[in-house]
Amino acid sequence: MPHLAVNNLRAKYGALEVLKGVSFSIEKGQVVALVGPSGSGKSTVLRTLVGLTPVTGGNVTIHDDKIDYASSGSLRRARDQMAIVFQQYNLFQNMRIIDNVTVAPVKIKKRPKDEARADAERLLAMVGLADKLNAFPDQLSGGQQQRVAIARALALHPEILLLDEVTSALDPELVNEVLDSIRQLAKDGMTMILVSHEMAFVREVADKVVFMDGGSVVEEGLPEVLFDAPKTDRAREFFGKILRH
Amino acid sequence: MERILEQIPRFFTADNMALLLQSAGLTLAMTVAGCVIGFGLAFVLVYLRQTPGRWALPLRVICVAYVEVFRRIPFIVVIYLVLFFIQTVASNASLFTIAVISICIYAIAYTAEIIRGGLESVPLTQMEAARAMNFGRLRTLVTITLPQAWPVILPPAIAFAVSFIKDTALVSQIGVFELTFRGKELNNQGYSGILVFGTIAMCYFLMSFPLSMLGQYLEKRLATPRSEQSARKIRRT
Ligand SMILES: Nc1ncnc2c1ncn2[C@@H]1O[C@H](COP(=O)(O)OP(=O)(O)O)[C@@H](O)[C@H]1O
Ligand SMILES: [Mg+2]
Repeated sequence: MPHLAVNNLRAKYGALEVLKGVSFSIEKGQVVALVGPSGSGKSTVLRTLVGLTPVTGGNVTIHDDKIDYASSGSLRRARDQMAIVFQQYNLFQNMRIIDNVTVAPVKIKKRPKDEARADAERLLAMVGLADKLNAFPDQLSGGQQQRVAIARALALHPEILLLDEVTSALDPELVNEVLDSIRQLAKDGMTMILVSHEMAFVREVADKVVFMDGGSVVEEGLPEVLFDAPKTDRAREFFGKILRH
Repeated sequence: MERILEQIPRFFTADNMALLLQSAGLTLAMTVAGCVIGFGLAFVLVYLRQTPGRWALPLRVICVAYVEVFRRIPFIVVIYLVLFFIQTVASNASLFTIAVISICIYAIAYTAEIIRGGLESVPLTQMEAARAMNFGRLRTLVTITLPQAWPVILPPAIAFAVSFIKDTALVSQIGVFELTFRGKELNNQGYSGILVFGTIAMCYFLMSFPLSMLGQYLEKRLATPRSEQSARKIRRT
């Protein structure tokens, strides 16, 4: 039984159908990478999973349990199990770093304050930001904010972590510090779906690559198979372009 | 001119000044009470207006209609509406109550738009991050959106209240003993209109000006870059 399965998922923005029946699954402890050209619907898949973009067809299951996005109880349980890290970090601008990380554990998960704080300090130390607890987001660099966003997601102790191009807004010298954090999570056995253009990194950490184009999955498989010997023309063209330089 | 000069010692008596001070206080009290209560209720209106779902459509329509209708009615008409409505349901309501309710009704419609604009100035992604973490609508508003919207909401809201100090003069039309009403009274007693209303103009200015200054000060403070603000906060904690 897969940890999470996406079955023929459809989603629209207004009249524009952005996901035209997307299917893939992920086993517990696996890392699945969603790759594909910009506008192919990768972010929308992640947004749909956490109920930020409405599902118009198909379904998502966690441990074979169908998520009913129309039911607030079911949606709450789904959001309880998944945490998303946005491409633009989306840290709460009005809160200090430490509060960004503890606010949901304390107010939503009702964990004791001191316990949540200790956990947050541990996670922030893990991503190398132990000295920034009292800073505000706009006082940090992009790479630092992104790592706070990862710590904030981990503080929820999700079963599944969703990462949307977490390095694409970063200066090149900051990319590695974020990738190191993700590498560590993969080693620790976290189930992760990540959208990324860092093909070398995807090859290193992903158990499976899902190649999307135009709102559908074109091809999926092991990274080395998909990168080196894609079966479809679209994948060949895409990986040819992106891996050559 | 001579008549005015001659009247001055008679006009600026302790009794007359006490009367003016009292009415000035009443004007201020009505404005503050009406605007503060109205501001609070405006939040409720904005919150209800954002209720999602098909079943809440009538509620949203009512909220929009309220704002659109009351912003297009002259304040004096609102006063008479409230006066006649209240008199049919509760004939013993004081004129002060009626004035405050009128101000309140008007303030809700205006500040609701200010509040909505402020909330909409906060990037949607902030609310999405909260929702993805299972924040409810009210909790998102209180802990994420509002704290970021204050700097946008507060300056125009204060400016509205300050400018309303002078519009409150209109409740003299129904006989509330506020500042302008007293002015007319003193004028009828034979004091020079220039003298009386000159003094009253001064009273309005003295009430509004410090409040405008306060508003400007708040505006500057709220707009201070976070780095300086937090330096202050850290020192305090
Ligand atoms: N909020 C939105 N409103 C309308 N269209 C959108 C919105 N977000 C994304 N889209 C469109 O949906 C498509 C897929 O977007 P997205 O999922 O962000 O792609 P990717 O993450 O693969 O670059 C694109 O064509 C994009 O223009
Ligand atoms: Mg994207």
